[in-house]
Amino acid sequence: MNLDFSQIVPYIPFILEGIWATLKFVSVSILMGFILGTLLSLCKITKTPLLKWLADAYTSIFRGTPLILQLMIIYYAVPQLTGYDISAFLSAVLAFGLNSAAYISEIIRGGILAVDKGQTEAAEALGVPYKPMMLNIILPQAFKNILPAMMNEFITLTKESALVSTIGYLDIMRRAQVVGSDLYRNFEPLLFAGLIYWVIVYILTSVGRLVERRLRQSD
Amino acid sequence: MIKANNITKVFGESTVLQQITTTIKQGEVVTIIGPSGSGKSTFLRCLNLLEDPTEGQIFLHDQEITLPKTNKLVIRKNIGMVFQHFHLFPHMTVLDNVSYAPQKVKGVSKQEAEKTAKQLLTKVGLTDKEDTYPNRLSGGQKQRVAIARALAMEPSIMLFDEPTSALDPEMVKEVLDVIKDLAQTGMTMVIVTHEMNFAKEVADRVLFLDNGRLVEEAEPTRFFEQPTSERARDFLDKVL
Repeated sequence: MNLDFSQIVPYIPFILEGIWATLKFVSVSILMGFILGTLLSLCKITKTPLLKWLADAYTSIFRGTPLILQLMIIYYAVPQLTGYDISAFLSAVLAFGLNSAAYISEIIRGGILAVDKGQTEAAEALGVPYKPMMLNIILPQAFKNILPAMMNEFITLTKESALVSTIGYLDIMRRAQVVGSDLYRNFEPLLFAGLIYWVIVYILTSVGRLVERRLRQSD
Repeated sequence: MIKANNITKVFGESTVLQQITTTIKQGEVVTIIGPSGSGKSTFLRCLNLLEDPTEGQIFLHDQEITLPKTNKLVIRKNIGMVFQHFHLFPHMTVLDNVSYAPQKVKGVSKQEAEKTAKQLLTKVGLTDKEDTYPNRLSGGQKQRVAIARALAMEPSIMLFDEPTSALDPEMVKEVLDVIKDLAQTGMTMVIVTHEMNFAKEVADRVLFLDNGRLVEEAEPTRFFEQPTSERARDFLDKVL
């Protein structure tokens, strides 16, 4: 067995910097996916056929094609089309944000439909307009129900984020590869990167559980 | 005052209500009784436009509210509704449940809304439950909160859709007592109920629905003692 972890020690700070790089774009993507996904889910449950059609078409496209393809199109094809030299960071945020919006919109739609219809009726009977009804009554209940599914989506997104290494964004994965080719040893840096991802996901899971417990207090 | 003129409601293939016409006067308490599936609840829900009548008109204080241009939200501010299954907002405390709508719908300040909410909670006998979440309450308590929530909007008419049907027997009385108190204040009320004694006691008039038709309409003593229709006699024989 040819394993020597001591060799990657000098590179550890370099790889660890990738944590920040990864978290930075993942958190922006999640935020974007969440906001856009909420709006899309509202379009899906309206009575306006056009909005519904647009939201469904959006979801179909972003769920129906590989994420890496979307990333490539945004990073390589957009400059060709517009002449705008898009940065790796912005490409990553756009690809992951737009993609996860499609998934999140389905999760939220399901969550909204699962809220007892009586809640809408009670709000309507009190004369509460659509917007406050959604914001104050329906969505808070929907979010509580979909929290586990949402955490799952965030975890998937965090792991899939390693795809951005293919466009040269210096995230955890990319850095592990750089170290690998520097040392001509791949096992140690990749294993180290894997450990970092696992720790991040573990922390995310724990935070999710904590939030869930908080929200269950009114039960 | 609320007036229904020839209300017909069709769901797909089935006709649930057929040409119902009646007028509920200011300060009047009307109970609607009849077998399950007779259209009682649907009729009640037509009155605040939770269901759109397929045909016919509804007038609230002489103004037609079944016109397409009607803003339903404005109409509903004036008509309180209490549901069989309460439909309290589970993520809000009792106080928030009662004070939410006046703030959002009528623009009442938080302070003012909470003050009114506290008075109403006292009125329904739940002073000590302000900060409790609905799932900690018994069915009877939930329904009393729901009544307070509807009253907080200061409606001119209250609709009750089988307010005690989902309650354990020993909680029925506490809810009926609140409704009776309310009747004594001169509130206009329409109550769908299966509680015959209550219907008799509280009502100025009883509507008997069967199969989507308004079969009989009379003041309670006459209705319960000498029903004129065969169908009503048959129904009362079974339930009393």
